[in-house]
Amino acid sequence: MTGLLGQLFFTFFFIGLFNFGGGGAMLSLIQGQVVTAHPWISQAEFTDIVAISQSTPGPIGINCATYVGYSVMENAGYGTLAGILGSTLATLAVVLPSFIVFFLIIRIFNKFHESRTFADTMRAMRPAVAGLIGAAALVLIFQSDWEGGRLGVSLLRENFPDWKAWALFAAAFALGITKKAGPIVIILGAGVLGLLIY
Amino acid sequence: MNSVSLWRLFGVFAKMGAFTIGGGYAMLPLIEDEMTRRDWISREDIHDIIVLSQSAPGILAVNMAIFTGHKIRGLKGSIAAAIGATLPSLLIILLIAVFFTEFKDNPFVQRFFQGVRPAAVALIAVAAVRVARSGCKSWWTWAIAAAALLAVAFLQVSPIWIVLVTLSAAICVSLLQQKKKP
Repeated sequence: MTGLLGQLFFTFFFIGLFNFGGGGAMLSLIQGQVVTAHPWISQAEFTDIVAISQSTPGPIGINCATYVGYSVMENAGYGTLAGILGSTLATLAVVLPSFIVFFLIIRIFNKFHESRTFADTMRAMRPAVAGLIGAAALVLIFQSDWEGGRLGVSLLRENFPDWKAWALFAAAFALGITKKAGPIVIILGAGVLGLLIY
Repeated sequence: MNSVSLWRLFGVFAKMGAFTIGGGYAMLPLIEDEMTRRDWISREDIHDIIVLSQSAPGILAVNMAIFTGHKIRGLKGSIAAAIGATLPSLLIILLIAVFFTEFKDNPFVQRFFQGVRPAAVALIAVAAVRVARSGCKSWWTWAIAAAALLAVAFLQVSPIWIVLVTLSAAICVSLLQQKKKP
């Protein structure tokens, strides 16, 4: 168990260290580590965690890290107490780099954000972050596998089993992009519709 | 400004952590308002802190808590504020996680989440479109976005590599350009 806890800690430490650009980018980093790189959490379960993280109070990155920390331990069969330990550890690990960066770098080079290099770097990071967030969505829509050097892409049935799921996706996207409804209304509304149509 | 107690600092950030939905960007205006209304930090300083928080790695709301907490009460203040910003999330999510694992095989819960999943994916797509709209202004920015998207979604490249490569390439290109035309 300590081995898994250690892995969890380092995984989230690096996620915290390499996250530039808000909660959406962090979803992509967490997914890359706990769904793609390690077989800790399935895509469908990760989707549920994202839904809950989006519609509960607090920073989305913290919500997601906390929940994933719990689920990783729970999925490995260690039970509730280990889950609480895992989530606390993951949260601590994801926050720690912020402290280190602040006290090591920002206080020493406190004008670095006014430099031209910094402005250029941020201009390049924003599109990369947009791509990462888009990829987070695609990973939860498609199942992609490499077999014998060939890429096979298929729909992820757990998340999109039928046309009704696509209708929900389209409605939620339209409401979200036009800001006609907030995340809680969209998530709860989709859940109630799920109870009615499935 | 040393008169602000650590408990009050913790309390203000815990209140924001417990009642703001929509992540760090939703918390920014609230933090600005709370800090300036109480005269803990001047409006000018808070704007500097917002810029710094957005450019430092990590979680925006936590960075804001660390930077403002440090400005008000030093190291202890930054720890109190950071704990305040994260503790409500930790407790709320733990409560849900423990509850949800108990009930996740319940047919009602399963049907509910069958409906929720496409909507949750749609909300991520919305976030991607919003960031792309504000960040992609030229052909090379669209190229970066597309490369990151395809590499992570289909080639299973770790997002950490995308961040590392983009950062180092951008720093190199910028330094080279500055050398050419000072």
